Amino acid sequence: MSKIFRFYGGIHPQDAKLASHRPILAAPLLEKYTVPLQMHIGAPAKSLVQKGQKVLRGQLLAEPGSYVSAAIHSPVSGVIKEQSSCLSVSGTQWPALIIESDGEDQSQEPMPAISDWQEADPALLLKRVAEAGIVGKGGAAFPTHVKLAPPEGKSIDTLIINGVECEPGLSADHRLMLEKPEEIITGALIVARILKAKNIYLGIENNKPDALKLMRDKAAHSALQPRGLKVRYPQGAEKQLVYALTKRKVPSGGLPMDVGCVVQNVATVYAIYEAVLKGKPLYERVTTVTGDPVVNPGNFLLRIGSSYADALQLAGGLKEEAAKIISGGPMMGIAVYSLDIPVTKNCSGLMFLSSSQLSQFQSKACIRCARCNDACPMQLMPSILSTQIENERFELAETWNVLDCIECGCCAYVCPAKRPLVQHMRRAKTEVIAKRQSEAAKKTS
Amino acid sequence: MTDPEIRIAGSERLIVSSSPHFHSGASVGNIMLLVILTLLPACLAAVYHFGLPAFRVLALCMLFCVGGEAFFSKCMKKPLEINDFSALLTGLLLGMNLPPGTPSWICLVGSLIAIGIGKMVYGGIGYNPFNPALVGRAALLVSFPQVMNTWQTPGLDAMSSATPLQELGLLQQNALAGDGAALREFLQNIPYRDYLLGKMGGSLGETCALALILGGLVLIALRIIRWQIPVFMLATVAACSALAWLAKPDLYAPPQFHLLSGGLLLGAFFMASDPVTSPMSRLGATIFAIGCGLIISAIRLWGNYPEGVSFAILIMNALTPLLDRATAGKPFGAQKKVVKNA
Repeated sequence: MSKIFRFYGGIHPQDAKLASHRPILAAPLLEKYTVPLQMHIGAPAKSLVQKGQKVLRGQLLAEPGSYVSAAIHSPVSGVIKEQSSCLSVSGTQWPALIIESDGEDQSQEPMPAISDWQEADPALLLKRVAEAGIVGKGGAAFPTHVKLAPPEGKSIDTLIINGVECEPGLSADHRLMLEKPEEIITGALIVARILKAKNIYLGIENNKPDALKLMRDKAAHSALQPRGLKVRYPQGAEKQLVYALTKRKVPSGGLPMDVGCVVQNVATVYAIYEAVLKGKPLYERVTTVTGDPVVNPGNFLLRIGSSYADALQLAGGLKEEAAKIISGGPMMGIAVYSLDIPVTKNCSGLMFLSSSQLSQFQSKACIRCARCNDACPMQLMPSILSTQIENERFELAETWNVLDCIECGCCAYVCPAKRPLVQHMRRAKTEVIAKRQSEAAKKTS
Repeated sequence: MTDPEIRIAGSERLIVSSSPHFHSGASVGNIMLLVILTLLPACLAAVYHFGLPAFRVLALCMLFCVGGEAFFSKCMKKPLEINDFSALLTGLLLGMNLPPGTPSWICLVGSLIAIGIGKMVYGGIGYNPFNPALVGRAALLVSFPQVMNTWQTPGLDAMSSATPLQELGLLQQNALAGDGAALREFLQNIPYRDYLLGKMGGSLGETCALALILGGLVLIALRIIRWQIPVFMLATVAACSALAWLAKPDLYAPPQFHLLSGGLLLGAFFMASDPVTSPMSRLGATIFAIGCGLIISAIRLWGNYPEGVSFAILIMNALTPLLDRATAGKPFGAQKKVVKNA
């Protein structure tokens, strides 16, 4: 059990976890919630409600727009004030429902609990996951019922629960493991039943010894095996985590299911526990609000549709001016320019940086020091790729496997010339994918 | 409670840039500065052994290189980047590769060639295929052979003398002509202690082996350079010279002589390891280093030049792009075939 698991490359950025010791605090009721209809990968959800309609907490507001989509439920009881749009994390507009709370916070009749989940039909459990509108809460917001239904011919023998939380600053998953360990274990066992997986691992980095010990104690008599992992970013990336725990290599361009694995975040399996045993759809989540300028960094149970400004209020506001606001963590999060953005199902954190913490600089020519190549967990050569991309040689970048890039940011983190390597990779990936799509379109026409 | 609106005054004051939002703090300037610092012990030894003339050469080369980069940047309308200390390092390395009594005007010519032809014509830092300091040295060596081959023995008298490698080469020629007595005596009385401390003729920065090894080890420990380059380069020279020596101990010098003499240590730790002009992969760096070692051994054992370190490195510099391409690894997960669904 003392064996330490790890993957290739990676970096060790500062921890910056200011809120690890702060218990989860439930947010008070707000007057207004802005619930986006597109907070998952796939088609937007189709609204089922009208302006002026009264809704209850947990009521279905929008149904999945297609198979790869997710249901959306009301976070509060109140009135649909309007169907409009809201600012998204990436700066675009999302269609959204604006709900005015009636102050009652009345819940609708919960879905019936499936308390015999150990004997229940896996298809029934999967249906409940879809009905509860659960998506991957760790980052990508991929609809969970799709991920838990691998196509014919893919047999899954291993379920990996991701409790790594390798992003600096974030502690929402850590707190959830400390405060809801039994629920997480049950959720994991439900997922394993859906997938018929034999091995169930829970990966936790060694910088969270309290969570690792607690989960080991609680899981002692269950099929779930907690595993300590060497502290190394990006341990929480799917392919890296699968390799660290099973030594299986997800093929280039493939998914963990290609090597018999499915990865689920701890917050996601907690939501699955709630959906199956409490009949509760996903309308709230734990989000870390942190950063040096924040008065009281903490972990808050926020309803979906609360604004970033509401979240910051809960953390006591700012004691000094923030120069950067990040939705997510500092390695892969997205910098936003407004606090008027709703908390979504995958919003694991909100980080504020002061100007002294910011590294702003001029990028210079590559000195070929190869630190990026050594740090790349996908074993790419960002140094060579970035020069190719600067010269717009996208076809060359394609042959140097730019599509394998997971945009973890390790290369840019270590680069002494401060080159915008992640932006280069994103640019090339967009170009290569667009080219492939246009070629495919030509072939079919 | 603080009102967030007060603190986040307006979106024009927020920075919205791409991830990652943290940086390790590494910078090109810091790397160059560290290399300069690790060279300082060898420079101090040079000034100790060769006196103020050595200091003059080092200072002038640094001055001319930095000034030259500023001049060329201005001519080429490029932003001035001398604050990355790379021109300073080029100047220092060029100075360390010159004889202690090099005239000032030769320092100027060498510096301008190193920075101008060795670096700036390619577009400045990062783009040069050859080590700029070695380009400067090689140009001076073929242009002014007399000046570049006037050596001094350390000490107060500062009389001119030959380097150990030159002396060995001369005695080997005599031995092949039939007079092997002097060579035998030379080989029996090699003053290794003097070589370690730098008490021998040579370019002013290459003589003190101890200082160079110390600086090189620091660079390896700090992971500024790839350890494969010095280790495999020195090992190859040691292996080749050992083979020659074992075959003909009367004619060839033992490997420890080759390791400690000439510019091998300076070249292995500080010149061949230059990241810009050496391969990026571990395998590429290893092949590069072995190639350097083989060429040096060939020149030293059989060539007309007594010393071949700078030419060996320049030749291998030219092969670097090829080695980079040939040794590029496969990405994670590439070796297995993706099993496509039917």
